[in-house]
Amino acid sequence: MNVRLDVIWHELPQFAIGLGNTVWLCAVSMTLSLVLGGLLMVPLMSRHRVVRGTAQAIVDGGRCVPFLLLTYLVYFALPSLGLTVDKWSAALITLVVYNTAYMAEILRGGWAHLPAGQTDAAHAFGFTGLKLFRRIILPQVLIAVGPVIGNQLIQLIKDSAFLSIITVPELTFAANAVQSYYFVPFESFLFATLLYWALCGGVEWLVHRGEKYASIVRLPRD
Amino acid sequence: MLTASMLLDLLTGVATTVAVSAIAIAAGVPLGLLLALGRSAKMPMLGTACAIYASFVRAVPVVTFVMLIFFGLPALGMSLDPLPAAVIALTLNTTAFNSEIWRAAIVDFPRGQLESARAFGMTGPVSFRRIVFPQIWRASLPSLVNEMTLLIKASPAIAIIGVVDLTRKARQIAATTYEPLPPFLAAAVLYGLALLLLVIAARTLERRLRVRLGRL
Repeated sequence: MNVRLDVIWHELPQFAIGLGNTVWLCAVSMTLSLVLGGLLMVPLMSRHRVVRGTAQAIVDGGRCVPFLLLTYLVYFALPSLGLTVDKWSAALITLVVYNTAYMAEILRGGWAHLPAGQTDAAHAFGFTGLKLFRRIILPQVLIAVGPVIGNQLIQLIKDSAFLSIITVPELTFAANAVQSYYFVPFESFLFATLLYWALCGGVEWLVHRGEKYASIVRLPRD
Repeated sequence: MLTASMLLDLLTGVATTVAVSAIAIAAGVPLGLLLALGRSAKMPMLGTACAIYASFVRAVPVVTFVMLIFFGLPALGMSLDPLPAAVIALTLNTTAFNSEIWRAAIVDFPRGQLESARAFGMTGPVSFRRIVFPQIWRASLPSLVNEMTLLIKASPAIAIIGVVDLTRKARQIAATTYEPLPPFLAAAVLYGLALLLLVIAARTLERRLRVRLGRL
């Protein structure tokens, strides 16, 4: 066979648009679900057993649903409840809902590993409620779980490829469009996978840099 | 409404999902160990090749990978039916993740034990079989099971090449009945049950091993 790199070169703009859509969809939904996950962390760490149990059940249930099935639920089943969504909203809703369950669990894990003495000490210094959460707990939790959030972002980027099935023009969709137009399946999908590899490598590099920075600002534990 | 016949129909999808995932897991766990051993072997080319494979496959979305195998390989002269292509793609994928898990256990293995094994006259393969492997598989078990749950959740990717797994079955029922909510919710519950059963089985096994063989 002859490898037709000229087609890939010629269709570079389409790949670039697909990659751009993958990047912004994942960046926006990661930011949103970080906020929502942070909010969900409060009932997850609640002292009331019923509140905590309910929140944990929702988070655990959410983490059992495959991404594609959730996409179908949002895109095809929401309209039957009278809530019609276009593919872009469906994409964002799915990414955010799916990812929030994981973010909440990751943040909860980070909080649970925080030394209890810290909260007691903060109480002694007069920190309570929101101020305690914002100034003492949240910054430390975020630093502690930084690398895990990076891994989850990579997971999210990979899951976002499922969105091509509901015709969201992200990277995999672009690759499929190019391959079906020119019939260059091997070149097209290989190029797309290489772009994913580079993108995930970039995220890993950022996490690595972030860890270095965190090790400078982090105060000694205990 | 979800009728009994729909539920039976969904269960055929469950059978496909379970069968394909089970084959991929059964092949991917030992292949992952081979890949990890290839990486820790002191052969420069082999180690690099295994590392590149693991890094590449772990960074690629399963959907895109399935399409690369199914649509891309025929262009290289290797035609595959959807079902074998699905099994191969999922196996190659989970092998890469399993190799990382095995590798972590191998890297963490205490050197002293290897040296004592050598002092007792054990050769490399013997010490691996008698000393290293019985310990690393127990250490890796929780992570391997975690990867199995991730594989099952990624398995709907095979629907894109026409394999009728649980997700695609639910989609078909939704398309014929014009009532998408019941089949999708039922499918979500079935996935949850499958994952729950797997996790319970793994925890039971871990507990039994702890009782019989003591803590690791």
